[in-house]
Amino acid sequence: MSTANTPTLELRNLEVAYTVRGIDREVLRDISLSIAPGEAYGLVGESGCGKSTAAFAAMRYLPRNGKITGGAILFEGKNIVDMADDEVSSLRRSAISMVYQNPATALNPTIRVGDQVAEVFQLSGISKSDSLEMAQAALVQVQIADPAQVMRRYAHQLSGGMAQRVVIAMALASNPRLLVMDEPTTGLDATVEAEVLDLVRELRRDTGTAVLFISHNLGVIRHMCDRVGVLYAGALVEQGATADLFNNPSHPYTVGLLRCIPRGGLHKSTDRLDTIPGTPPALGTHFDGCVFASRCSLADDNCRTQLPQMVTISGAHVARCFHSDKAISMPRSIEQTEFVSQSEIHATHSGDTLLSINHLSKIFTQDGHKVQVINDVSLNLGFGETLGLVGESGSGKTTIAKLVLGLVSPEEGGVVTLDGKGLAKTLNRRDVHDVGSMQIVFQNPDQALNRRHSVTRIVGRAVERLRGFNVSDAIDRAHELLSGMRVEASLHSARPVQLSGGLKQRVAISRAFAGSPQIVVCDEPTSALDVSVQAAILNLLVDLQKQDGVSFIFISHDLGVVRYISDRIAVLYLGRVIEFGTSQRVFNGPFHPYTEALLSSVPNIDGSIRKRIPLTGVVPSPSNPPSGCVLNPRCPRKAGSGYETLCETEEPNLTEVEPGHFMRCHIPVAKLKQLQS
Amino acid sequence: MSNEERRTIRRERMQLVVRNKTFLVGCSILGFWLLLSIFGDLIAPRGASDQDFEFVSVGPSFKYWFGTDANGQDVLSRVILGTRLIVVMAFSATTLGTIVGTAIGLASGYFKGKFDMITMRLIEAISAIPVLIIALLAIAALEGRSPTLTVIVIGFVFTPNIGRTVRAAVLGEAELEYVAAARLRTERTPHILFREILPNVLPPIIVEFTVRLGYAIFAIATLSFLGAGVEYGSPNWGSQIAENWGNIYSNIWWPTAFPALAIASLAVSVNLISDSLLEVFEL
Amino acid sequence: MKQFILKRLGLSVVTVFLVAVIVFFLTHILPGNVARQYLGRGATEEDLAEFRRVFGLDRSLLAQLFGWIGDLLHGDLGQSMQYRGPVSDILLPAIGYSSKLAGVAFFLIVPISIAGGVIAAMNRGKKIDRAITVGGLSAAVIPEFVWAIVLVLTVGVTFHIFPVSAFPDEGDRSLLNQIWYLILPSISLLLVLFGYIARITRAGVIEALESDYMRTAVLKGLTRRKAVSKHVLRNALLPTIAVIASQVPYLIGGLIAVEIVFNYPGFGTILKGAVDARDYSVLQSGVIISSLVIVIFQLIADILFAVLNPRIRQKVSE
Repeated sequence: MSTANTPTLELRNLEVAYTVRGIDREVLRDISLSIAPGEAYGLVGESGCGKSTAAFAAMRYLPRNGKITGGAILFEGKNIVDMADDEVSSLRRSAISMVYQNPATALNPTIRVGDQVAEVFQLSGISKSDSLEMAQAALVQVQIADPAQVMRRYAHQLSGGMAQRVVIAMALASNPRLLVMDEPTTGLDATVEAEVLDLVRELRRDTGTAVLFISHNLGVIRHMCDRVGVLYAGALVEQGATADLFNNPSHPYTVGLLRCIPRGGLHKSTDRLDTIPGTPPALGTHFDGCVFASRCSLADDNCRTQLPQMVTISGAHVARCFHSDKAISMPRSIEQTEFVSQSEIHATHSGDTLLSINHLSKIFTQDGHKVQVINDVSLNLGFGETLGLVGESGSGKTTIAKLVLGLVSPEEGGVVTLDGKGLAKTLNRRDVHDVGSMQIVFQNPDQALNRRHSVTRIVGRAVERLRGFNVSDAIDRAHELLSGMRVEASLHSARPVQLSGGLKQRVAISRAFAGSPQIVVCDEPTSALDVSVQAAILNLLVDLQKQDGVSFIFISHDLGVVRYISDRIAVLYLGRVIEFGTSQRVFNGPFHPYTEALLSSVPNIDGSIRKRIPLTGVVPSPSNPPSGCVLNPRCPRKAGSGYETLCETEEPNLTEVEPGHFMRCHIPVAKLKQLQS
Repeated sequence: MSNEERRTIRRERMQLVVRNKTFLVGCSILGFWLLLSIFGDLIAPRGASDQDFEFVSVGPSFKYWFGTDANGQDVLSRVILGTRLIVVMAFSATTLGTIVGTAIGLASGYFKGKFDMITMRLIEAISAIPVLIIALLAIAALEGRSPTLTVIVIGFVFTPNIGRTVRAAVLGEAELEYVAAARLRTERTPHILFREILPNVLPPIIVEFTVRLGYAIFAIATLSFLGAGVEYGSPNWGSQIAENWGNIYSNIWWPTAFPALAIASLAVSVNLISDSLLEVFEL
Repeated sequence: MKQFILKRLGLSVVTVFLVAVIVFFLTHILPGNVARQYLGRGATEEDLAEFRRVFGLDRSLLAQLFGWIGDLLHGDLGQSMQYRGPVSDILLPAIGYSSKLAGVAFFLIVPISIAGGVIAAMNRGKKIDRAITVGGLSAAVIPEFVWAIVLVLTVGVTFHIFPVSAFPDEGDRSLLNQIWYLILPSISLLLVLFGYIARITRAGVIEALESDYMRTAVLKGLTRRKAVSKHVLRNALLPTIAVIASQVPYLIGGLIAVEIVFNYPGFGTILKGAVDARDYSVLQSGVIISSLVIVIFQLIADILFAVLNPRIRQKVSE
């Protein structure tokens, strides 16, 4: 029986365990939360905290080895834990729906998309032909232009954003009272993500559905949810209204989490990021006391042996901590690096140009078509400087890195000059010293480190080849490098699979520094890492730069990180540099219209509402770029600028609009300033 | 996860293999046959061609455990003595095919381009001829009465399949960034192929080896049954069956049944091993 | 789609051509061998020369190769060395018989193996799964002739359920009776081919069962049964098509031993006879025909796969 006051979803002292290798491991510990009708509740946490398990539990969907060991899951007052299977199926048909990550794989690859959406209607007894009509209407509701055509497509023919809209349409088709969303926009480009989130907010307003929103991204959670719960190691450590929790975090973990995110305004030159020492515990670890005690700077013996209860901070804001009043002012934890540099050259030339990229272009052949991935890119990088490369998928940022390193050779006319010396186009023709001078740290350390080699061998071999040391000297140097990056000696003989993500990245960084490089390309080095681990790696990179004078080319889709760590930034769109300038300039304006749209699509952690400048339409395919300025079909500032015809017919050049600030746009800077104020 | 935990997982995995019933049964039976192939001469009660004219086509009895065949020869001894040939031939053929197949697969998967295209076309062509037929053809054409020849032919015929498996594995590995990282420290191609990529494709190669071994036994037994590829008179299970199977209509089943059982158990034992490996490596 | 078919057709032609070249060179590796092989040790030089002239073996290798291919394209399978008559007279009727056997076997193998794989997958981890998987693959490594003899011994001789020859000589020549006689030989082939097909089918079904789209279907509110029949099977059976095509060579190869044990005048028996007598004309043409059949099946399977798999059928358009 449900009244207006019955929460749509309530988890009451819920405990879930997974059976792994014969032993039951606790995954959710005594979770209690409730979601009122029409409310949006955000569940936030890092990897392994159990948030997906909580999401699936709400759907009464657990993997084969999962079981509910205690507590209740109440949907509109009724406990669904022991419900019969067909009752649960009935609930899923009409009352609860779910959307999760990777929309493309969520759809059946051999059935047309329209039929899959229509299936939802058919399940509630509607005829096939009516279902198809209603499916098309559902696609209109999620703002898909040309729904009739999309209905006939297959999953692999949809872009990420489009696929997610279809999945959302499918989820809302049954008019659910609760919508569970598990990382629905992770993996989507920033502008696409912003659009999907806008859509969800609008749909919520229209339908009044309650939402359980799960994400690791604090900015998104702040933006989308009325109330928030923070999950750590399967336990709910803090809960409250969004504003309360973000303004007055009362659990050391929440405080630590907020502190290690590089927010707007922070820069490496003036601020250092906090870290949370240690690593998140493995799924199912047993704790006697507080789950966070081993990593908490406020922890005392009591914390380690006694399980803290939920303490009320104010109103509905609660935290599970003995020291919640001291949390917000807890001491900062900042690690130092002990890197031993062996290079003499680097520090002296700051200010001069170290790397010069001129007129780089690259054309790939795909299925017989020629695709121009990079179009006439020219950039430069100074000594001891970090150049940030920003852009969405298809912008070509990784290809530029490969061109610079020689992994891929540029088209005629492209030249890469290192410290005044022109480099050979392909890697094989460059001499050892040049190769060692430019190294890379990849995004995914699982693929970047040979899983059959020990850590020592990985780094040692690089030292051997790049510095010409003999084997035993190389191994000594490898130990030195690794210890300097805080990889303890006991792990040196381990294989990568035995290390955590953060440690693996440190090994990768050690390897990159094996040859005493002048430039290290970092290609999304922290994207696969948890936020708390990311901060430590960023600090490490900053330290290395200070002590060694190395330059970085830092590629990332995370604008906050790029802003923090870069001295200068280049914004890329469809293989072209469309803006280039200091970190300050690019982030404070006046902006190139694309940069403006990009920046406005990132939800801020501090909750300030930025005016959304949407980009209409989809990213054009690089094999078929628009005529004139490549941005023009989607440009938010084209209409009314007075330059429409020019934008549509002629491609603008990259011009210096202010000292050191370059833009590729027909609209003059003064006019942009005016439009953007 | 602490290092302790990770080490425990590895140990648990190893134990999974060793304790796996299929693996153990397979190993025991194979072990038995391997012993026989080495010590057969010492164990067999009689010689392969010893004839006892008083006991022709006599069923299993205390004197002749497996009975005698139409030539008065002891079936038990002939089965024991026939072990070595088939075991040695099967292992050699499989090893040959694996080495050549791996080399081709590595080159094809890493270099791609024209070499790969030509190799794939050849592999497809050879795969379009049934194994048995191509073996018969080759052996017939090459005046095949020598086991060595048979080994080479079967090895050659196995190469395409193994090459394909290795190539697929290498294609996947070569895309991973550690290969690019190796190039970025001036490693040359041989190093990349043999010290970087090969260790990572070893598991599927090992599994493929055991699978092919089973099929080698299959093929050698069938070829000898059909009268190809083995010398006259040497005791081998296939020709033993070929000589004696007609008599099953007169209810003289033992000279056929025991060699047949031997073939079946040897092949199945190898298969059980490859099966358990497949399970553990989750392929 | 048309482009795809044409491309595959082209590749198939190349493959068949390569097979022809390989077969030819295998037969003629040792020059002058063919004649000597066939006529044996006692042959005089005149006999050898005469033989070579009759069969065109005195031309250069390349000339012989192209001559042979040219003949094949005209449907001329050459002259048998044993019988001094057209090879087609010997091979074609035999192929007819073998097709019947292969046909009966195929209709047994495909449904039973697929069913086995599906049952194993749906009961993953339970005894029946282990039985099907391990049993199937173990049976697969036991040679067909062993199975054939075992079946003859047990079911045929000892228990008299099925006839022990595949060919009904006198009496009832009806189609039904022919099929009855072919069941035992087909079972020998089934036992060998079941294991691998079932295993791949099982893997395909498991992958589909554990996929994200299966999860979506269940979370939409479909009962597990409905979700499986509507979403899983069409995806799971795709790899099965490919594996069945890959087993056709083993089916054809297996015919040889089975036909011998069951006394069936099919393609396999003829081939064995040709090997014994060193009749290279029959051998060459026989092998090429069997390869042609295999390539055709492969082509059909590829096209079927593309038709059923939208990812190949329709390239990404956005």
